[in-house]
Amino acid sequence: MSMLSFEKKYRVRGGTLIGGDLFDFWVGPFYVGFFGVTTAFFALLGTALIFYGIATGPTWNIWQINIAPPDISYGLGFAPIHEGGLWQLITICATGAFVSWALRQAEISRKLGMLYHVPIAFGVAVFAYISLVIIRPLLMGAWGHGFPYGIMSHLDWVSNTGYQYLHFHYNPAHMIAVTFFFTTVLALGLHGGAILSATNPHRKGDTVKTNYHENAFFRDSIGYSIGSLGIHRLGLFLALNAGFWSAICIIISGPFWTRGWPEWWNWWLSLPIWS
Amino acid sequence: MLSTKTKVIALCSVAVLFTACERPPIETTQTGFRGTAMVDVANPRLPEPELGYPAALPPAGAGGPRAGDVYQNVQVLGDLSVAEFTRLMTAITAWVSPEQGCNYCHNPADLASDDVYTKVVSRRMIQMTQHINENWSDHVGENGVNCYTCHAGQNVPEYIWFSAGDSAFGNKHFVGWRDGQNMPDVGVGYTSLPSDTYTMFLKDPVGNQSIRLEDEMFSSGELGLSIKDAEYTFGLMTNWSQALGVNCTYCHNTRDFSNWEQSPPTRTTAHHGLNMVRDLNANYLIPLKPEYPDNRLGPHEGDAPKAYCATCHQGVNKPLGGADAVSDYPSLAGR
Repeated sequence: MSMLSFEKKYRVRGGTLIGGDLFDFWVGPFYVGFFGVTTAFFALLGTALIFYGIATGPTWNIWQINIAPPDISYGLGFAPIHEGGLWQLITICATGAFVSWALRQAEISRKLGMLYHVPIAFGVAVFAYISLVIIRPLLMGAWGHGFPYGIMSHLDWVSNTGYQYLHFHYNPAHMIAVTFFFTTVLALGLHGGAILSATNPHRKGDTVKTNYHENAFFRDSIGYSIGSLGIHRLGLFLALNAGFWSAICIIISGPFWTRGWPEWWNWWLSLPIWS
Repeated sequence: MLSTKTKVIALCSVAVLFTACERPPIETTQTGFRGTAMVDVANPRLPEPELGYPAALPPAGAGGPRAGDVYQNVQVLGDLSVAEFTRLMTAITAWVSPEQGCNYCHNPADLASDDVYTKVVSRRMIQMTQHINENWSDHVGENGVNCYTCHAGQNVPEYIWFSAGDSAFGNKHFVGWRDGQNMPDVGVGYTSLPSDTYTMFLKDPVGNQSIRLEDEMFSSGELGLSIKDAEYTFGLMTNWSQALGVNCTYCHNTRDFSNWEQSPPTRTTAHHGLNMVRDLNANYLIPLKPEYPDNRLGPHEGDAPKAYCATCHQGVNKPLGGADAVSDYPSLAGR
């Protein structure tokens, strides 16, 4: 297979985190590596287990498929395969695959001489998943507190988990996370709009505009332009904080607060300034 | 780099946030199918509501003359034996006026006299207790209630309600008018929800507004209900949650709040409780208004003290921690 011009820079040996030269090769355009192998192993096994769960379950309806965690009575032990054990195995596989993929990204970053922005960014999403199915269940004392694997069933879980704390919008970390999600979308909307209007010629014969025009637009409209590199740093910051605070908001719900979230704000009412 | 002052302020803020939180391990109770998050969450280190239910008095003989024949002006409990009657009076004293004793309700010069308003109120409350135990077993079950369920050793039960009226929320015609909401009221779990859900839902025997807005909208085809109507219902539900020390999933599978088939049986019990409270307020508590002195009436509307879920529940899902309140005093259940 022929190589693209920049692939010579990509296809350098070394930089592996584990195993030395083992699996340090490419299959077609794809880097393999030790963590590529573990990713494939966990992903294939996990997917097979999901299909096993569906096949032995009551429905093939894509919306209703549900692979649920064990009863809380099993605590942090293993459950029988059809009573949540499958969920436990799939969780192990998913975590193994996600973490392997992040480490594979780290190895590729090392080969390219890059910093670790990509694996760190992906790692925040993995952290959010691990928070839900491992960290919080560990802190609450039962795997049964993880969310079920199913399109509708996981939404039902989200609803009930939110209402366990009466009004989840009062969860301070949830507030921060939601704010970051909306701000991410706002920044992306502004950035996408700027790029599209600069690069699409206004009428036939016009030239494509550059970042000088983008900067001029934002300096004229809001008095400041963060710049073409800065907007991507800002986007990363906003998006990662959205995922990070989402993870925090669910970790604190239960392990660190058992009552309604509105009541948490009583520390504000009881500040010595006015109480 | 950050200045020392900034660091100190930041560390103090973090410390404040941590002290506002709880910590693991916690206790959880599963109430639905696995993975549905039908779970009650509790912190075992939080102080439990104190339920110092006094031990039952030794049984009294059922023979001999009836209290109604021996004493004057006995309008309730007259068919008890004198010994049983005296035993119950002693118990009521311990339940309601342990410090003031008999004279809290009785004129010591003439025990039969209705001079003291508390005696008139007590008589009606005994009738109300009998009514609850005889006709509302759908809600109170076999355990039933007695005076102590609400009074807990106090003259006036701790958890009662009065109408808030408009004046509690500023002047309707000026800036700052809160329109019944946006006050951190314990009755609505310190949310911004409208707090006087009592007057809205618990005052009339049938309720002056349905609490089930979805049903109402679908059956009437009318979409005129406002978000604030929904907030009143949310406020009432939060009030129940506070009263019982439970969360929403105790009675609802929140994927479909209004669906009875997917709700735990606790929701049925709660539904009977709603109608019971409306019955008690409309037929027993509100009509007592003329009997009370002014200092027992509501601060805003001058209304009689009334009941809601917390009056009996007092922060626990089963009043008195599930203790049997009537077996030792069967006359309170008409048995």
